[in-house]
Formats: sequence, structure tokens, C-alpha cells
Amino acid sequence: MMASSYNAKDEDGHITVSGPGGATLRSKKPENTAFKQQRLPAWQPILTAGTVLPAFFIIGLIFIPIGIGLYVTSNNIKEFEIDYTGVDMSSPCFNCSQNYSWNSTKPCTCTIPFHLDQPYESNVFMYYGLSNFYQNHRRYVKSRDDSQLNGAAGSLTEPSKECEPYAYHESKPIAPCGAIANSMFNDTLELFYNDPNGTKIQIPLNKTGIAWFTDKHVKFRNPGGNNPNLTAVFQGTTKPVNWRRPVYELDTDPENNGFINEDFIVWMRTAALPTFRKLYRIIHRKNSMVPTLPRGNYTLEVVYNYPVRSFEGSKRVILSTISWMGGKNPFLGIAYITVGSVCFFLGVVLLIIHHKYGNRNNNADISN
Amino acid sequence: MERFHWVQHRCRQLLAGDSGWYSAPTGLHSRSSQHRDSGKRRTVFARHGPHQEDYEAVCKNFRTNAIRTNKYSLLTFIPMNLFQQFHRAANLYFLFLALLNWVPVVEAFQKEITMIPLMVVLTVIAIKDALEDYRRYLFDKKVNNSVVRVFCGTQKAFIDQCWSNVRVGDFVRLTCNDLIPADILLLYSSDPRGVCYIETANLDGETNLKQRQVVSDLPVQGGEITPQSFHSRIECENPNNDLSRFRGYIEHSSGTRVGLHSSNLLLRSCTVRNTETVVGIVIYAGHETKAMMNNTGPRYKRSKLEKQLNTDVLWCVFLLIIMCLTAAIGHGIWLKNLKDPVFQVDGETSPILAGFYTFWTMIIVLQVLIPISLYVSIEIVKLGQIFFIQNDLALYNEQLDSRIQCRALNITEDLGQIRYLFSDKTGTLTENKMVFRRCSIYGVEYPHEENGRRLEVYETEKKDAPNCSVTLKSNCSGKSLSCHSPTCNRSSVSLHTLTSESEDEDEQSSSHIQLRASSFSSRMKEVAPDPELVRKLNWFCSSVHHLSDGSSEILPSLELTYITDFFLALAICNSVVVSSPSQPRHVVPETQSPIKSLEEIKLMFQQRFSFSPLSALSTLSPAQIRGSPYNLTRRLFTRGKAGSLTFSSPSNNITDRSNLGKDSNLVPSNMKGKLKSSAKNAEQMENDDTGNDFMETETNPEEINQGEENQATQVGPIGDDELLYEAESPDEAALVHAARAYRCTLKARSAESLLVNLPGIGTLAVQLLHILPFDTNRKRMSVVVRHPLTGQLVVYTKGADSVIMDLSETPRGAEQTLEIYSQIREQTQKHLDAYAREGLRTLCFAKKVLKEEEYDMWLMSHLLAESSIENREELLLESAQRLETNLTLLGTTGIVDRLQEEVPETIEALQRAGIKVWILTGDKQETAINIAYACKLLCANDQILTANCNSMDACDVLLEELKLEVQCGEDSLTVLTETPGATSDSVNGFILVIDGRTLEWALQEELKSKFLELSCKCKAVICCRSTPLQKSKVVQLIRDHISVMTLAVGDGANDVNMIQTADVGIGIAGQEGMQAVMSSDFAITRFKHLSRLLLVHGHWCYSRLENMIFYFIYKNVMYVNLLFWYQFFCGFSGSVMINSWVLIFFNLLFTSVPPLIYGILDRDTPAETLMEVPKLYHAAQTSKAYVSYMFWITVLDAFYQSLVCFFVPYFAFAGSDAGQLSFGSPINASALLIILLHQVIESNTLTWIHMLVLVLSAGFYFGFVLLFSMYSVACSPPTSTLGVETLQMSQPLFYIICVLTTVTALIPRLFFRAVHNTWIPNLKSSQMDRVDGEKYHRRMQQWNQANRLPVCANPGLAPSVV
Repeated sequence: MMASSYNAKDEDGHITVSGPGGATLRSKKPENTAFKQQRLPAWQPILTAGTVLPAFFIIGLIFIPIGIGLYVTSNNIKEFEIDYTGVDMSSPCFNCSQNYSWNSTKPCTCTIPFHLDQPYESNVFMYYGLSNFYQNHRRYVKSRDDSQLNGAAGSLTEPSKECEPYAYHESKPIAPCGAIANSMFNDTLELFYNDPNGTKIQIPLNKTGIAWFTDKHVKFRNPGGNNPNLTAVFQGTTKPVNWRRPVYELDTDPENNGFINEDFIVWMRTAALPTFRKLYRIIHRKNSMVPTLPRGNYTLEVVYNYPVRSFEGSKRVILSTISWMGGKNPFLGIAYITVGSVCFFLGVVLLIIHHKYGNRNNNADISN
Repeated sequence: MERFHWVQHRCRQLLAGDSGWYSAPTGLHSRSSQHRDSGKRRTVFARHGPHQEDYEAVCKNFRTNAIRTNKYSLLTFIPMNLFQQFHRAANLYFLFLALLNWVPVVEAFQKEITMIPLMVVLTVIAIKDALEDYRRYLFDKKVNNSVVRVFCGTQKAFIDQCWSNVRVGDFVRLTCNDLIPADILLLYSSDPRGVCYIETANLDGETNLKQRQVVSDLPVQGGEITPQSFHSRIECENPNNDLSRFRGYIEHSSGTRVGLHSSNLLLRSCTVRNTETVVGIVIYAGHETKAMMNNTGPRYKRSKLEKQLNTDVLWCVFLLIIMCLTAAIGHGIWLKNLKDPVFQVDGETSPILAGFYTFWTMIIVLQVLIPISLYVSIEIVKLGQIFFIQNDLALYNEQLDSRIQCRALNITEDLGQIRYLFSDKTGTLTENKMVFRRCSIYGVEYPHEENGRRLEVYETEKKDAPNCSVTLKSNCSGKSLSCHSPTCNRSSVSLHTLTSESEDEDEQSSSHIQLRASSFSSRMKEVAPDPELVRKLNWFCSSVHHLSDGSSEILPSLELTYITDFFLALAICNSVVVSSPSQPRHVVPETQSPIKSLEEIKLMFQQRFSFSPLSALSTLSPAQIRGSPYNLTRRLFTRGKAGSLTFSSPSNNITDRSNLGKDSNLVPSNMKGKLKSSAKNAEQMENDDTGNDFMETETNPEEINQGEENQATQVGPIGDDELLYEAESPDEAALVHAARAYRCTLKARSAESLLVNLPGIGTLAVQLLHILPFDTNRKRMSVVVRHPLTGQLVVYTKGADSVIMDLSETPRGAEQTLEIYSQIREQTQKHLDAYAREGLRTLCFAKKVLKEEEYDMWLMSHLLAESSIENREELLLESAQRLETNLTLLGTTGIVDRLQEEVPETIEALQRAGIKVWILTGDKQETAINIAYACKLLCANDQILTANCNSMDACDVLLEELKLEVQCGEDSLTVLTETPGATSDSVNGFILVIDGRTLEWALQEELKSKFLELSCKCKAVICCRSTPLQKSKVVQLIRDHISVMTLAVGDGANDVNMIQTADVGIGIAGQEGMQAVMSSDFAITRFKHLSRLLLVHGHWCYSRLENMIFYFIYKNVMYVNLLFWYQFFCGFSGSVMINSWVLIFFNLLFTSVPPLIYGILDRDTPAETLMEVPKLYHAAQTSKAYVSYMFWITVLDAFYQSLVCFFVPYFAFAGSDAGQLSFGSPINASALLIILLHQVIESNTLTWIHMLVLVLSAGFYFGFVLLFSMYSVACSPPTSTLGVETLQMSQPLFYIICVLTTVTALIPRLFFRAVHNTWIPNLKSSQMDRVDGEKYHRRMQQWNQANRLPVCANPGLAPSVV
């Protein structure tokens, strides 16, 4: 009994007032485990030319084919782009671009003819593109009320403070509030195929299916539940200052009207970079026999409303097919090929180094 | 438990910022000031005593015994904890950022989000604080509710009470093994001598018993004391934290005052031992007890790397400001070029103002660039490193069952940067297990060759049979050790071979427990006596019949007196506590040993009849003692005193004897009654004693074993009277053991008497009148006793040779004796010098015979000094000095202090690692040099520069000369090395040996620089005869002027200064108490552990931490730059492309654990290699220049990687319809992959833990973002990620981008690392190749198999034992 109490004493012989008792006979010998003795089996990557060199070759061998594949895929994508800003005097839209007003009652239209050299076989995506438009500006990005867009009744009448100064207009709440909504792209684009026999056939443009599924069905909701009478629902609110029509008159189709209007949804997803494109319409392929857009002459009719000259921006229309890797982008293919080649080259360099100096280690060892 | 306390303290320190603001127990100060107004003294009356009113008056100011160490209560927790947490700079920074985000114009994220880091840190620490506080609370509660017996006023009896209810003035009764609940003045002890033993292990870790004394001159004597009869008033000083000091007096009702001192005080949290019952009055209670006032936490040191880190962090701040300024200016310019665009929300602000706002916004956005979390991470990493250091089996001492203690938690990496090592000698390099080696008495040297041979045997045995030693040792007992190498005939002891084999002792002591319980009582300490001395002593013993037969030998009687006195002094001039192993801690009391009181002896000899039942088996026939040895010895002693041979007349003799009997009738009669139980045992003991004393031909079984060991061992102490001696210093124990070898055995001690067994006479009680304890000023101790044989008052003094030689004067007397004395002095001095040359520790013994009047006069003044409250120490010192004059030199002893095992190897390894080793010792120059030789600090061809001088000018000149000498030596060296064929082995090093006096001059301001210059050129420096203050000054000099890392290692109280001064202080938990350990940063048990601690753990910790810091900085710079590059494409508006939750969590959750694992587990070089190639340690140190540019390389790499990581996705998405968050998604994912894989490249070892953590981190990230993108509808405006990640991850483009980005970002580092490792095959990698994988693996298996073997720390030994 005596001996055991001494042990307990020695265990922590320090200035701690330890209570009586607690006599345990326990050795303080550390456990001899691989972990505690820091002897866990470990892979020790001593990165030398010899060990790293295969990795470089492998990377090179994998990257170059991928790059070629990507490049080919990208090149197979057909893309056509028209700038219709109208900066040039010769441009058909020059006149329209001169009036700056958001609220001009008389719509200005311009017609741009163009020619497609190749037929577009699969579905064609029609984009509008803006450049020098900083949709990613911090203040701009914040200027929205997600809960209002999600259909929350309270937020409809009392927009979030974030929307300021586009929350109220003439002491009425704005729906949808905020700068993003306020600056919504409002040009109307129409596409006509000029048949070789002279007739102008309007190409049907699909305006649904352009927004993300989650946005359309989860994130954006009209207020008032499933009340089809949007006019009543938005009663008491006012349209954004720059808009010509209120939000419930964006479309006639009730499934594409109000906050769940897809043009609106697409606009609300702010672009990452100041030069961007946004999906405008989809041209579905009618059948496998006829190309979606055959080779030939086309006319683009633009109702020119959206002013971009104030920030030296430009407006474009893009027609593009897409592949599994998205739109046309030769960069990735080239990058893969480049990086693969560099890796291969470095691998060769390492091989030389390994050959020349790699054995020095062992020699040095022996001489030691 | 203690580790827990450090952690908690550490956290408190952290919270308190760097000032250590909270570290002081603030509560105590405020509380103690409460009753400061009541004067400098405290008056205590007995509670429930006769002075009830007085008690009520004074007791109000005293605290109760309830303790409260928890800081918070339920109500105050949140405000107080928050208040404390905001004392930390990091938290203030977070708070500043959070508040900044609330300013609308600069708001970067949602307001709540920037609170998250702050909240997380605050909550985590608050929870930890709360838990710790709760544990403290529970602990307090447990302690407060412990039960003790307290006198109750109503029941008039001692009843059980909680500790918390004990009040000052209470009477407390404690029994054996009770913890003491408060500081108690001892009033009664069941021990008849009024003594009580306590163990102070809880206070200072010392396990030897301390003796406490009942207050003297209490009016109520005998029987238990009760408050009713206690009329006295106690006056003492106010509570303080000095454990060794207690001053006051007790004033009895009669008006007499009796001084109180620390030996009357039982301290809280000590344990009562060996005493049945004690009663005392509580003087200090609760927080006012000395134990509680000493309860300060561990100390906080700033490591060097941490300081260096601060500059890196400052660079980060600089970088941050540059980035923010860039953004601010960019935003201003961008804004200026715009004319009311549609996307501008508020067009009115001027560009300059907008730029200003942007600056602050950017600070919020880029906040992670300042690696505040790094500080927290470093703390955690260091805890992990400490965990591994403490768990290292190689640093575990089997013998003491103790691991290394890490007391400072935050300087682990300093261990890897040590350049100077300052070592104490005694107990650090040596074992501090003193073994008596030889002695000189009466100017005659007794070389004890047998003894020397015996000591050497340890070594040879170790050398001859290292493999079989394990099995052999277990079979052999300590005494038969020498039989393994009977043929060994080396007669001289070389110090080089004196390294000890500690395992011997380990095996011999039957269990650890006993060994530990009796720190200095190693039963190993027998000394093989010198045959010559034995012959002389035996002559003394048997002179009885020689004389009676008339065949008196020609041995000068004076010498005989000297010899007897010498051994008596050896046995009694000490403070050794005697106990026996069968009953540990119990003093072998008089009740157990058969006492032949002087009365009895007298009777025995007077009647010339020795048939006392106890000595019935004695072989001493009655006829043999016919000559009355008593008479003889008495005559001898009187003659010795007078210096002439005068035979006393019988009548004179009788009166003397009767006096003597009166004086020495000390043994209380009631003890004899208790004898019965132990009578048999005692009888046996007595038999052996007497039998051995007088029968030289008797052999016992053990002696047969050692047949080769000749007659010398026969007189050695034998088996069953095993006494354990517990001494304050190992020297004392060694001397007592030595005396015992000559059968001069100290058998028991009490406060007033000592039991000594003298050869030929038997057990005698020596009346102990006074002990003047050892102190460093006097360098000696004395006992005043009444000589058992002559009845004279004798002062025996033991001390350092210099002091004793000065104090011993030639006695007045005849010319002839004068001559004899001076000759003795001369001879002794010669022997002393010889001993010192041999590396022995020397102690001189002297005696002085006092006249009764002389003593009475001295006693008067001494008592006065004892009872004074003010200046007591000075008065006592003076009083002691008055007594210790005119001493007669008896002789001197030489004590061997063996080197610890593997000391030379360790020192060599440390020197090869580029560490300069200095020895700072208080020992003599010769001893120090010898030890330096022994531990291979000095080589044969080293040149010793000795600096001894008496004045400053001389010192100046000397230093100049030595510098020149070194210069010349170096020049010749360079010539030597330039000449071809000169091998590096012939290079001489310079060793500076400097003594304390010269050091004093050299440390003066004027000579400092010269001394430094000189010492820097020397291979090693040995400072001998240095004081503790000088030691610390030397350390300070090196530390401050060369600004290198210093390490001091020591084991005793005299090293405390040095340990605290050095950057890293290491205490050796050894034989000299715990002061050094208590003040150290790391506490080890053997010197050899240093090499592993520094070379392996120091190296690891340093490289780990350094790498982790770089990795952390890299990680932050890399990640933050992604956001910075984006600013160029969003008009510098402070916009981010990553969801703000992910942004905040990235550092906090996703990438926080891998660096920690990296910092704790990474091994850049295997331990074996580090031990084998100490140069690697130096290599890590010299990489300092490399470190500063490593920072910039790291930052540059981070810039490159972030550029790749940003611009690959940028070009992939340029002009596309990608939304902001869709763009950020692959960027963030590839940033995570790059950061994790970067660590894989940087890691030197990858274990499954690394892999697991890396995979979990990545998995956690992807899991989080996926879930977040599925379920967050409107929860994080404006960066709601709904559908973003799910959509992105379903597209091949995401993976294409991630792979390209990750590979491109990591290629350069991979390439350059490979080229670097190949092109410049550094020492490290080449050494790693040497320990090739297979061998390593095999060794590891062996390690695991051999886990029960203590020797497997030595890799070479492990296989052979298996």
C-alpha cells in the first residue's frame, strides 16, 4: 500500500494540489507503437530526375492526344458572329445607336444581312453578346433581391436594401428591384432566311429552355403562388425605371412570364467577365434531313433599344452550334498540346540530367 | 494532468497577447492586498480557544481554506471570456475586419459571413476555456470536499470536516499519509521527539522526507493539545510564496516568546509520513497558503522562428497593402473613364473616394493573406511535436520510469538551432552518484586500491560482455558483481573508463519503486575498505586485549584518535535521514534497534561481564574485554585533546562516566517496552553487528561468492542490516556509506540524538546538540555533539577544502604537536591536490573541542539569533561562523563522481553537429579539466589555455596574450593544412580554461569583447569555480553578443540562473532536487538524451515548422491572388467569383488540417541518419540565408500558380456565357487540388495519415460545395450557388480545366525540385540513400519486435540481444 501511494505521488510531482487517493501503478513508459515512435511506414518521395521523369513523359503522352481531341472538337463547332452596335457610319444600326434614351417610345429597328458559308447541322444556339459591360461589378452584382425573385410576398412590396437605389420608384416598390434587373437587355432579335427564290422566311426561335433548370424551377418564382393573373399579383409595384413594360407583360405565355421569364432569368445570372454572351434563343433542328440553318443568306432584324455607347461597349449576335465541351474555344486544345509538349520536353531534359548527374549520388556515396 | 495545466496556461497566455498579462494569478494579488492594512504581521489565536473575542477580531481578514481556481462563473463566463479573448491581436484583427464589413460602402461580403472566422475562433477557445474551467471547478470541489479532522468547539472533539470549512486558527489532526489541508503550525506529534516527517513531492517533486519539529517550549506537554488549553498568541509574517521561509514567534500566556521557523510549519499539499498523529493550528488557509501562492503556471518563451515569422508576416502585410492600393488606384482610373454606364449603381461618387472605399473593401476580400490562422496552427503543431517528443521511447528512462518533460510548449524548434551548449558538470555530465574513492587521515593517504578496482570492474564488465550483460546482471547481486572478471588486475583508475553502467544498479535493486522511493539510498554504495586503514581500525577495536596483554603496538595513539574522530564525523556530520527498505520511509527508530545505552555499556564494562541477552551470540569472550576498551578509548580521546599522554585515574574516570551517563540518557524509557515485537529481528541484527565487528574470520554465504575479493570485503556491511540513507546531497550519502564500510554505521537519527554503531563498542547514542546546516556562503556544515566516549562537546565540520584549510589552525600546545599538525596540513594539502588532479571531489573534515562555558555562551547568542524575526538569516550565519573557528583538521576524502553513460559520445556528436560545448562548473580547475578529458571535450592534442589572474589589468593583458597565442596557433594551423600530407587529425583545438575570479574580470564591460573574441576562437571553454550568477552572465554574454541560440543544461539549484537565461533551458532530473527541472523548458533524465533531443527532435521540429510556415504563406498568397487577378476583370470593384462561404471556409476548414499534419508528422530525414550524421544538424542551421530567399521563392511560386490557376479558366471561359460563379467553380476546385498536391510534393514522408487527411480535405470540399449548390436557394445573396456546382461538375469542361490547371501549376516546382535534388545531391539525400529502404524496413521490424527491450534505443545492440 505504501509503495503504490508513492507511485501515485511521483506521477506528477508538481505544484498541483492533488486530492488524496488515486493510487494507480502505471508505468510512464511511452507506448512503442509505430505512430508514437514516428515510425509509421511512409512513402518517401525523394524527387530526383530519375523518379520524376516517367511522370513527365506520361503527362506528355496523355495531354497531347487530349489536346488534339479538344482542338478538333472545337474546330468542328460552327460559330457566326455579327456586331450590330452601329459604331460605324456604314453600319445599318448607326442611326439607332445615336439615340441614347431608354424610354424612347418609337422603336428603332435595323436590318442586318449576312451570309452563312456552311450549313449548321445540329441545334443552333443564338446568343447576344455584350462587351465592356461589367456585369461583375461588386455593387451591380449585389443589387438584387433573391427572395423577391423567389416569390416571397414580403419582399415584393418591401425590396431588400441591397436593391437601392432601384428599390422604390415614386414611392412604389420596384418589381423586380435592383440594378441588374433594371439594366436588362431589351433588344429584340429576329432571324430571317433569305430563300434563294427571294422569299424571306422567318426562322422559328425557341425562347424557352434557355435558362438553367434550377433557376427556372427553384430559384425564380412568381409571387402569389400559382395565381395565373400576374397583373393582380404585381399590383402595387412598379416596373423598373428603364423597362418599357412591367414584368408581368414580358411574355404572353404564363409559364414564361413574370419572374420566370427565361430572358429575364438568363440576364439575372451575372456574367463572369466584362465581355460575355448570353443565350437568347435556340433554333431546334426540325429533322435529320435538313440542316437547321442551311447555307445561304440571312437577315437579322434588330429592334434597337439597348444603349451601349455610354460605356463604349458593343453588342453582338452569335449563332453557334455546341459540342460536349461547350462552345467554340480553341484555347483548351492548344493549351493541352502546349503543356503536353513542354512536359515531354522537360522529360527529355530530365532524362539527360539523370543520365549525366543521376549516378553522381552513388559515386559520392562510395567515395564517402 | 500537468500537461493539461500547461496547455491551459498557454492558452491563457495566448489570449493575453504577448504581454503575459493574465499569467499572474491576479486574484491572489487583489486578495492579499485586502488585509495589507492590518500591518505586516498576522496574529493568530486558536478558534474555539480561550481568546474568543481576540479570535473574532482578527479572523475576519483571513481567507477560508476553500480554494477557487476557476476563473469564471456561469454568469460571468461570456463577458469575461470575451474580454480576455480580445486581448489577442489576432482576434482584434478579425474583429476589425468584421466591423469593417459592416460599413456599407466598403462591404465586401454579407455582413454575417465575415463574422464566421471570428465566431469560430472565439467559440472554439471559449468552449475549451469553459471545459478547462469546469475541470478546474470539479477539481477544486474535490479538493475542497476532502475530509480532515478538525476540532469542533461544540462537541469538544476532532470531527470530520471538509477542507473548505477549515479556518485560520482551527486545530487540525492529521494521521499518517494524510494530505495537509492548509499551512499548519505543528503543535503536537505522536512521535516522542516531537518530530513529524513530511513528503513535499507535491510541492517541489522531492521525494525524500523532510523533518518538521513541534514548536518548542509549549506549556502543554505530552498528550494531545486542544484549543481550550491553548492560550498562546501566534505572530507571524503575512502570507508569502517563499516555501523555505517562515518567521514568527509564539507568545505564551506567561509572556515568553518562542521563535517559529519553517521547520515548524506543515505546508499545504504535502503528505504526512511516518508519524501517527499530528495536531497543529492553521496559520494560512486557502489561497494564502504557500503552496497556492507558488502555483504559477509555466513560462512563456518566444521562439526565434516566431520572431522571424513576424518579419514574413510584415511582408505579407506589405503585399496586402500593395495589392489593395493597386486595386484602389485601378478602380479610380477605371471609374474615371466611364460615363454613366448602365451597370453603375451609384454614379455620383468621385473616383478618388470610390478608390478609397475600394481599398478597404479589398482589405476585407484579401484578408486571408495575413496568415493569422498560422499562429493558431503553429500552436497546434507545437503541441503535436511535444506529444511526439514526450512519447519518444529513446528519451524514456526505464530506471526512473520518467519521460522527458516538456515544460515550455512553444520553443520546440529552437532545439534545432542551438549553437552554444552550456553544461554544468556535476550531475549533468556525471551521474552525481557519488562514490567514496579514497581518503587521507592524519596526513596519511589510504589509496583504497581495491575500491578503485571495484569501480573499474563495472566498466570492464560492460566492455567485455555487452551482449550477455543482460542475462548476467539479472543473476548476480550487487555484491558478487566483481566475480565476472576476477582476472582483472588493473590497479589504476583511468577516468576515461569510469563511465558508469547504470543498468547494473537497475538490475540490482529489486524494484524500481524502492529505488525511486529512496533517491540517494542506493545500496550499491558499498566501499571496499583500504586494508591498511582496516588494520589500523581493527587495532583500535582489538586494542583492548592487545593492551591488556601488554603487547601494545607502536601505532601512534594520536593517529588512532584521528581515525576514530574522522569516521565519527563521516557518520554524523550530515543531515542524512535513515530508513530501512523493508519499511520504506519509516525511520528505523530506536524502538527497533537494540540499544545499548551508555548506561548499559558502562555496566557491561564495569562488571567485565557481557552476558546481556542481546550479545549472547557474540564471539567476544568475556576475557577479551577484560582490558576495558572503554577505558582505553576514553584515555585515547582525552589524550588526543590534550595532546599529551596522560592516564586518568580511576576515580576521575568514574565521575566522568556518571556525568556522561546523565548527559546521554536520552533514550526514553517507554521505548524499551515496545521492543518486544521486533526483538527477534533486532537480535539478529545485533548478532550480525557484533559478530562482524569482532570475528574477522567469520564468513557468510555471500562472502564465499567473492572469494577472490580478499579480506577487505569481509568487513563490509552485510545483507540484513540494510539501511537506506536519504541525503540532501549525494556526497553526504557517499560519506555515510563509506563510514559504514568501516563499520562506523549511522543507524538512526532523531532531532536530538544519533545512533551510531562504532566498531568494537557497539551502538551508541550520540547527543546531537546542534546542526549548522550547509549553506553556499559558508561552504561547510557543522554538527555540535556530545562525544559519546569522552563526553566532551565537539564540533565536527565538513566542508570545501579551501574553507576548512583556512579555518583549521594549528592548535596551541607543545612544539612537537605543532610540528605534527603542520605536517598533517602539508600532507593533506598534497593529497588534496592529487585528488583534484584525479578528478575527485574533495571534502575536508575538521573538529573542535568546545569548553562547556564556551558552548553555553555561544548557545545563548545563537538562540537569540534563532528567535529573531528580522535579519534572522544574517544573524544565524554570523553565529555559525563564530563557532567554526580554530578547527583541527582531521582528514580529507576523495569522492568519485562517475560520468553518465554515453557522455563522451554525446558531446562528440554535439560538437560534430557544430554546437560549441562549454562547461560551467563550480568545481576546481583540475577536476573540471579532468572531467573534460574524460568526456572527450578535450583531446590529447588540444592546447589548453589557462586564464587565472587576480586583477583586471592582469586579466586584460592575459586575454591579449591568449588571443595572440591563438592567432599564432591558427597561423601555424593554416600553414600546416596548406602543406600537403597534413591530415586533419593533427589539428589542435584551443580550450580556454578560466576560473571564477578571472571570469569576474573578463565579464566586465571593458574586457567583454576581448573575452568574447578569444572564446569564439576556442573549441571549448571551461569555466571553473564559477558562481551561479557568473554562469548566467556567461550565457547572457554569448546569447546577446553573438546572437545565437544558446542552451543551458544543469541539474541543481546553482544552475537555475543559467537555465533561465539561456534560450533553451534543460533541467536534468537528477539527484539534487527539482529546482533545475522546475525552471527548465525541458527536463530530461540523462545527459545522453540531449543528442537525440537536439539532433533528431530539434532538427525535425525546426524543419517541420519552417516548412509548414512556408507552406502556409504559400497557400494564402496563392489563394488570395486568385481574387486579386479577378479584380482586373471586374473594374477593381472588389468583386469575387467564389461563393463567399466557400471563400471564408477555404482556410478555416478545407485546407487547415493538411498543413498541421505536415507540421507534426513530416520527417525530412530518418532519425537514424540524423543520429549518425550530426553534420545535418549544422546544415539545417546554416540554411538561414537560404531561408530568407526561400520566402520569396515561395511567394513567387505562389504567384505563378495563382496566375495559372486563374488564367487557364479565364481563357477557357473568355467570351462565353459563363456566369460569375460558374467561372469561379473550376478555379476554386483546381486551387484546392493544387494546394493539396503541392503539399504532396513538398512532403518528405507520406503516411496513411497524410493520405487520409488529404483525401478527406478534398472530399470535404467537394461534398460541401455540392450540397451547398443543391440546397441554398436564397441563403447567400448575391452569390447564391444554387445549381452552379452541380451543373459545372456534370460538364466535362470542368474536369478538363481542372486537370490542365493543376498540372500546369505544379510542373515547375516538380521539375525544379527534381533537378535540384539530382544536380546538387546534398548531404541529406545521399545519406538517406545510405540507409537504404530495405535496411530501414528491417530495422523497423526489429524495433517493433523488441519493444520490451530497454536497450533497443541502440540500434546496434538490439539484434544481438534478440
